[in-house]
Amino acid sequence: MLRYDSIEELVQAAEKRRANISDIVLEDQAQEMGRSVDDIYEQMEANAKVMEESIAGALQPNIKSASGLSGGDAYKLYKAIEQGKSLGGTLMDKVLVKALAIAESNACMGRIVAAPTAGSCGILPAVLLSCKEEKSIPQTKMVKSLFTAAAIGMVIAKRASISGAEGGCQAECGSAAAMAAAALVEMLGGSPRMASHACAIALKSVLGLVCDPVAGLVEIPCIKRNAMGASNAIVAAQLAMAGIESLIPVDEVIDAMKEVGDLLVPSLRETGEGGLAATPTARELARKIFGAYDKK
Amino acid sequence: MDVFDIIGPIMVGPSSSHTAGAARIGKIARNLLGEEPVEAIIELHGSFAQTYKGHGTDRAIIGGLLGFEPDDLRIRDSLDIASQKGLGYSIRKVSLKDAHPNTARISIRDDSGKVVVVTASSVGGGNVVVKDINGLEVDFTGRSHTIVIPHRDAPGVVAAVTGLLSSNQINIGEMKVYRKRRGGDAIMVIEVDQEIDQNTADKLSELSFINQVTILQPL
Repeated sequence: MLRYDSIEELVQAAEKRRANISDIVLEDQAQEMGRSVDDIYEQMEANAKVMEESIAGALQPNIKSASGLSGGDAYKLYKAIEQGKSLGGTLMDKVLVKALAIAESNACMGRIVAAPTAGSCGILPAVLLSCKEEKSIPQTKMVKSLFTAAAIGMVIAKRASISGAEGGCQAECGSAAAMAAAALVEMLGGSPRMASHACAIALKSVLGLVCDPVAGLVEIPCIKRNAMGASNAIVAAQLAMAGIESLIPVDEVIDAMKEVGDLLVPSLRETGEGGLAATPTARELARKIFGAYDKK
Repeated sequence: MDVFDIIGPIMVGPSSSHTAGAARIGKIARNLLGEEPVEAIIELHGSFAQTYKGHGTDRAIIGGLLGFEPDDLRIRDSLDIASQKGLGYSIRKVSLKDAHPNTARISIRDDSGKVVVVTASSVGGGNVVVKDINGLEVDFTGRSHTIVIPHRDAPGVVAAVTGLLSSNQINIGEMKVYRKRRGGDAIMVIEVDQEIDQNTADKLSELSFINQVTILQPL
């Protein structure tokens, strides 16, 4: 029985069995939930399917969120890349378009999979789906890596938090990037140890990131932070796959994230009262949105 | 907590607490009424009151009242669908005492005049806690198969219910009984491990002093 109170536990259990983290998590969760391995695999595959479907909804020029603050950026990026304006190569192109598209889908009341939250829902699917396409990785391998991502998320939720209201954006987009980085390493054939380093590297890069949504809505800056979070995951996985290690062990990084989150003042924890949300432009937008909507 | 608490739920955006949780609250209220609602008064407290328009909290709650799951895309258009189906609604901002920031109090009525008033909070990740039913304080999440039984406080009522469940091989995970006063209105909330079939529900509702039996499927 796994406790999910440290990532070291997951790595050691996997190493002992010469297996991937997803193998031991899949077995453990099936037992814990009293269901078959096939059954919970199928449920995860259904999640993966919705992740894939959530991209298309936003890849069009005219979508708008209820507030009018967002929509259309994924399409803008997609068009720019189509016209040859690519900076990061085809993998990064795909990752960024997908991350924006899924996050915009969410803002526009499309159907998404929270991973770990709705506000950070673009990161994990953008990273895994893009790499699956680029590297021709079988679907089963990608679905299995979602169990690794989930296990990492469970540890972070237990030791720290995956909620912006509790721990700031580091706990949402940071956790999502850490989960994606570890899952990607596994999907690409890296070791469980490498996956844990990727997780640590991704999380270290965003310590202190505040949750400061304009007008309290999951739009600004959340959507663009999904693109950043996805690229963070790619960078972290790339470093870890090269054998680069995090000298601070991953569980200590998570504890540091918890400490930083606790130190954040409430205005920087999803109250929409600090950071970007407190700028004159944000306040004006908030007034406009809720004012304009009221007249309807 | 399991893997699907992290990867999941599948939901209509944009917010698990303000949209998915809100839809679940609406669905629970609908199930407790047990009939098609024709009128709803939705009172929003705290962050629900401040940001409901941008988060679609109003559409999500009304979607839930119409029977939609949190991943049903019809939530987007639920205000129009409510009008088509003859569900009248009003939305008010209120301040509820000692309530969680994301709390809604929903009063719904069916065409026979039956009314249910439910207060529930959306506590994160799409999870909800029901806090009050018709003025009786309760505390349950709806994550398990849950049986809600408003009844009159009288000796033997609890024993009759649990006895019937046990003879149907249904295991009780958690159970709480709430009452206003001795011999007055009371409510039993029973979380069980097995699915409750209609036959068992019917038998439960035939027991003495029991007003109604509502079976809530796991959210």
